[in-house]
Amino acid sequence: MQGKSWYKYLLSLPPMAYLLIFFAAPTLIMLFASFRYAGEYGGLAPWYLHENGRLTLDLTLENWQRLLGTDIYLRLFLKSIGYAVVTTLICMLMGYPLALMIARSGRKSRDLLLLLVILPFWSNFLVRIYAWMIIFSPVGALTRMLNGVLDLFGAGPITLMFSPTAMLVCLVYVHLPFMVLPLYANLEKHDLDLLDAAQDLGAGKWRQFWLITWPLSLSGVIAGSILVFIPVLGMFAIPDLLGGIDGIMIGNVIKQQFMESRDWPFGSVLSMVLTVTAVAVVLLGSRLGQRR
Amino acid sequence: MEITALLEIVDVSRHFDTFLALDKVSLHIKAGEFFTLLGPSGCGKTTLLRLIAGFDQLDGGDILLDGKSILPASPEHRPLHTIFQNYALFPHMTVAENVAFPLRMAGIAKKDIQARVAEALEDVRLPDKARQYPDALSGGQKQRIAIARALVNRPRLLLLDEPLSALDAKLREQMQIELINLQKDIGITFIYVTHDQSEALALSHRIAVMDCGRIAQVDVPSRLYGFPNSRFVADFIGKCNLLEGKVRDQQGDCVTVELDGLGIVYVCRSETKPAIGSRCALTLRPEKIRIAPTVRPADDESHFTGHVHDLLYLGDVTVYLVTLANGVLLETLLANSASGRANFFEVGDQVEVAWSCDAGHLVLD
Repeated sequence: MQGKSWYKYLLSLPPMAYLLIFFAAPTLIMLFASFRYAGEYGGLAPWYLHENGRLTLDLTLENWQRLLGTDIYLRLFLKSIGYAVVTTLICMLMGYPLALMIARSGRKSRDLLLLLVILPFWSNFLVRIYAWMIIFSPVGALTRMLNGVLDLFGAGPITLMFSPTAMLVCLVYVHLPFMVLPLYANLEKHDLDLLDAAQDLGAGKWRQFWLITWPLSLSGVIAGSILVFIPVLGMFAIPDLLGGIDGIMIGNVIKQQFMESRDWPFGSVLSMVLTVTAVAVVLLGSRLGQRR
Repeated sequence: MEITALLEIVDVSRHFDTFLALDKVSLHIKAGEFFTLLGPSGCGKTTLLRLIAGFDQLDGGDILLDGKSILPASPEHRPLHTIFQNYALFPHMTVAENVAFPLRMAGIAKKDIQARVAEALEDVRLPDKARQYPDALSGGQKQRIAIARALVNRPRLLLLDEPLSALDAKLREQMQIELINLQKDIGITFIYVTHDQSEALALSHRIAVMDCGRIAQVDVPSRLYGFPNSRFVADFIGKCNLLEGKVRDQQGDCVTVELDGLGIVYVCRSETKPAIGSRCALTLRPEKIRIAPTVRPADDESHFTGHVHDLLYLGDVTVYLVTLANGVLLETLLANSASGRANFFEVGDQVEVAWSCDAGHLVLD
């Protein structure tokens, strides 16, 4: 036994190296960058100075002070968290019944339904968002039909494009499979005898669900929620294309800092906060999942 | 005991597509009875249990509890509980929460629940396991918690679906004794499903042997063993020699039978009244056959000579397969009462066998 233990370390070496080089190291570089000055033409200024033939560090807390000096960014973070929470909740409300239905259907239809759930992955993420832009377009069939109906009641016209609603619809659409798949994986393993037993002992359908199925599926709910919450939190493509001015999320601001404002240090500050928020959510989730 | 039918099963039928799982099954189960449904897999015993519990809908017939049909009630409203084969304990609840579950469902006050859970755990002698989760329990403990959970709110009827099949042989025997005592103490009617005939004989007041969706025979264990009504029951319950033959004569309860290849034997105190000339089989339990190098047969004994064809040393007994004239095989056994000596005979030894005229029992075609 003991002689073999080096073997599993050897096997885990490539992924460990990969994560160290492409995840841990960049994160540390970003953390370091958040304490540096921005370069004159973008990028980063040198972190040391030659003064009188001596090297001195040229680091600053300015970027972090800028974050804390105003509530703009706090509000942006809260708004992003809000979008992530609402998207996660809608995905759960829609994904749970779907996952349950698939898990309880016959073996043959189960495979087909699962295929349908992952079917959207077959086309490119951006292409799918552009498709939503066409659907929501002011001259698109959906908007015109809605406005036609609203007009009958003397209301409207409304626009769907560039609204929080459009964003939410698209966020849910993109992330629903990430909720359904872990939930399905969990629900599919449930022992249906437990439901029979609960019913036999006096529980109706409602209580069978809330006392047996739901608590036993919590780890799936948490896994799905994390898989939806984290990417939505940092999302920038969907707000960019569908959100309009009001739809801006923290991901957009980070992108702006790096691409347009050329302020890498402040972009790094925002990224670090986003990363810490995400890690906190995962830790909270796994803590909840461990509890009975 | 007052003879009242607690549960009446009347002409119950159930088919799955073209497969007839239950064919007009009727049974009366008395209050306080330990009643067993026994049969090979696929005989319909579990289907019948699920119909009683309400997990399945029947295609014809009726099920009455205390004279009233329970068919309109869904499972959660039937005053009976089931012990599942895999116990079906809720893994996310502690033992105490599991046992409290039916009480909670019945809307019983919290303070009463605690006392009754404690009492139920006391009944199955596991009071110290209340705060543990089911996966920390052994098979036998899970079994007892499942029983405590099913009995805690005093159902009229307890249905047990092969509850001991997941336990090893030694534990199974111990649980059998516990089940008998528990049933005696609490007086709740048990309907027990098993394919294990020895378990059925050991536990039950009465047994219904099922075959292909029908009831083959309902009787107390000793009569089922001693007086099977068909080749199927004789063969299924215990070990049994079936000697084919033809009825030659009948006088009172004494029947003269000509066994194929063996000749005339007498069967006295026959419960069966066969017509002369009809085909029949003599059922003969191995332990009722005398075997010795030379037997001195009594007047009322049938007597044959043969050779030991095979033997099985089982420890307490040795089973000898004896070939008689015309190749008829007879299974006999001898208790190994003398220590230090394995077998009385070896393969190929010539032996004589004999059985008394009231040892066998006739079944008709």
